[in-house]
Amino acid sequence: MQTVFEGKAWPLLRDGKLIDDIDTDMIYHNSHLAITDIKQMGQYALGNLKGYESFAKEAKPGDIVVAGQNFGSGSSRQQAIDCFKSLGIGCVLVMSIGAISKRNAINSGYPLFIVEQIDLGALKTGDTIRVDIDKLEITKAGQKVGSLAPISKVQRDILEAGNVFEYAKKL
Amino acid sequence: MPKTMIEKILQAHSKEDVNAGGIVWIDIDVRSARDFGGANVVKAFNQHYPGDKVNDVSKTVFTFDCNVPANTIAYASNQHACRKFARGQGIKVFDCDAGIGSHVAIENGLVVPGSTMVGTDSHLNILGAIGAFGQGMGDQDIAFVFRAGKTWFEIPETMKIDIKGKLPKGCTAKDLTLKVCGTLTSKGALGMAMEFYGEAIDSLDLAGRITLASMATEMGAIAPMIPPSKDILKFCGKASGKKVEGVFSDKGAKYAKEITIDISNLKPQIAKPPKPDNVVDVESLKDIKVDSVFIGSCTNGTYDDLARAAKLVKGRHVKEGILASVVPATMAGYKRLLKEGHIATFVEAGFLVSNPGCGGCASGQIGMTGKDEVQVSTSNRNFAGKQGDGFTYLASPDTAVASALLGRIATAEEVK
Ligand code: SF4
Repeated sequence: MQTVFEGKAWPLLRDGKLIDDIDTDMIYHNSHLAITDIKQMGQYALGNLKGYESFAKEAKPGDIVVAGQNFGSGSSRQQAIDCFKSLGIGCVLVMSIGAISKRNAINSGYPLFIVEQIDLGALKTGDTIRVDIDKLEITKAGQKVGSLAPISKVQRDILEAGNVFEYAKKL
Repeated sequence: MPKTMIEKILQAHSKEDVNAGGIVWIDIDVRSARDFGGANVVKAFNQHYPGDKVNDVSKTVFTFDCNVPANTIAYASNQHACRKFARGQGIKVFDCDAGIGSHVAIENGLVVPGSTMVGTDSHLNILGAIGAFGQGMGDQDIAFVFRAGKTWFEIPETMKIDIKGKLPKGCTAKDLTLKVCGTLTSKGALGMAMEFYGEAIDSLDLAGRITLASMATEMGAIAPMIPPSKDILKFCGKASGKKVEGVFSDKGAKYAKEITIDISNLKPQIAKPPKPDNVVDVESLKDIKVDSVFIGSCTNGTYDDLARAAKLVKGRHVKEGILASVVPATMAGYKRLLKEGHIATFVEAGFLVSNPGCGGCASGQIGMTGKDEVQVSTSNRNFAGKQGDGFTYLASPDTAVASALLGRIATAEEVK
């Protein structure tokens, strides 16, 4: 199981602060809901979030997205998680997340983690950061710039298995 | 650390430490799917686990209640897909004649105080009526539980609700429930468990507890929890043939919020469309003409609800031009009403009586409302489109009967 994620940081910012309440329509607009092939979903990631319309074009596999409070509130669409998987985004870090999106992320075995504290002053877009889910640490060039909330056994079990359905096969 | 009711119930079903805010694996005593969502559960199960058996057939059930018997080919096909899967697996089906799944589970002792059950019914948390944990989930989630026998759950914080005073004469459990819903509003208990206390709660019978628990969803709650009384423990013990002790919160348990609602001067309550928390005194709406009345649903379809309504109906007749219907929640209730002559009372009085199920609440088993139609319903939701294209007012069976007899919104007091 991957426990260290290293990549270019994409803090989603407005006026120097992490954007709160990014809902599922801003992450993956409802006009693309008919798409069922996960490979096609990446191109629309954050396509409806002001200032980040070109995110999908610029992001590279392994990049790390950092968002504010109440990420993924709104509808139950799985695409709001799958679009990041589709782009190969290494992991998503959020200050907090809506209940349904949380279930979707965990069940699909996507590495989305809750941030306890982060030093935005030390973190610019494009900086390479390292997320260690055993140490619950976010570092930049060896310096600690933030910490993660503890990761539940449930989430580890499912990450380890791949997704919730694979997990059940091992029981 | 002292625990709330939900924490204690889930602790008894988990190997991990259960505390509000944490995410843990919990064992599920009863895993169910209804006709709505059931076919998708079967599909997802076959897709992910082709040829596999469900985790424990004795703990797995189908309950058909939304559209019974099916009145569209799509529903009929879905039900039949479930039946075929159930036959192959040896799973028990409570078919179209059984009634509302959550009620069937309580009546048959499938769940007892302290049990855990999940299914594809968003009102499954109604099991809080007997102090059990119930939770509605999506069809993918339920397919997983069918195979795994457990699921993960984020433990909610608990809100404590103290009901002050006795339920005044002329008021029922539904009036109390609507009062709580109107006070809390649709977001008042968002994401939380609720525990109910007070003299009026202690004296509620099973039917009244079911009514109260059935509307927790409309207050945004994850799960209502009503500490079981001696009568409830006795009933559940008998239904299940097991020794039932009940689970109660610890002294000193931590509550995220505590509120008190005084009902000593309560009057009959009614919720105006299109929101269940739009609650006012029935008295204030006496001029509103009614076109149809529905008595039933998981909120007010028990034997006790309908027997009480029948007594009020006895010897009277529905007002000319009003369509009034009754749908018992379960077959057991229906049989008892039949034996005791209550069904005859309804029919003589001009009520349309249907076989048990969700009735007017889901997909129009007993008809829907047309455009501009004004309906008084004993159900739990009055959102636009839920029961048709008309305007639905939510009230107690007493208020529903009085309104059917007088052809306008009325209290039982007016027909006594
Ligand atoms: S009666 Fe209505 S609210 Fe209750 S379980 Fe049936 S469909 Fe759901």
